[in-house]
Amino acid sequence: MRRHIEPFWWALFSSGGTLAAFFLPVLIFIMGIAIPLGWIESPGYEKLFALVSNLHIRVFLFSLISLSLFHWAHRFRFTLYDGLQLKHLNRLIAVLCYGSAITGTLMTGYILIIFSSH
Amino acid sequence: MPDNHEYIKYHPRWHRTPIPVFWWIQKWVYIKFILRELTSIAVMSFALVLLFHVRALIQGPQAYSDLTELLSTPISLILHSIALISLLYHSITWFSLAPKALTVRIGKWRIPDQLIIGMNMLAWIFISFVIGWLMVTM
Repeated sequence: MRRHIEPFWWALFSSGGTLAAFFLPVLIFIMGIAIPLGWIESPGYEKLFALVSNLHIRVFLFSLISLSLFHWAHRFRFTLYDGLQLKHLNRLIAVLCYGSAITGTLMTGYILIIFSSH
Repeated sequence: MPDNHEYIKYHPRWHRTPIPVFWWIQKWVYIKFILRELTSIAVMSFALVLLFHVRALIQGPQAYSDLTELLSTPISLILHSIALISLLYHSITWFSLAPKALTVRIGKWRIPDQLIIGMNMLAWIFISFVIGWLMVTM
């Protein structure tokens, strides 16, 4: 991995970490716990569809999902280096981590773009 | 330099104490460090779950109600609870380190670390309530 690209990955890691810190806990609490347990009533299919049809919401979701993936890629890469002492696999680990994040970003972009044509 | 000078052919090997794979289990601060790094797995997993929600919305009402059913299974609730705890740990540790990544100055006065952390936490609580309120009243 060339030296001068590191600040770029760090910027993605850092902005992803910030977005995740602000938005993910409340979203997982509502969507994954409160609604399934019936503490909060689900808005229902129609209203959620209308919500995601909004362009601003889709741009926000794209940033949130993609940057969260890059946040994971960068942090997990160094966890593998330091935690499991895998420094000799440097290049392979970097390619797998950032490669997954890039693939995930393309998938997210694709899904959110085809959403607009529905 | 005398003519008979010779370079040392092989670099002497430094002595290094081998570090065990589970080095981080020896001290609580190390364990906390590894746990903090592992919160990124919850961040990645829930980002993908969000993507599955959007995909189910595209596929139609049937796919969405299938997803709703899957979300109320015990295994899903357990995984979401573990991820919620990890994400809360991520947020708290992230905001606690925020002053290390950014120092804000107003004129010559540097905003104290505790104030930056406090403002981030307040913004976090505010955002969470606004999103929660919007979802309830939608």
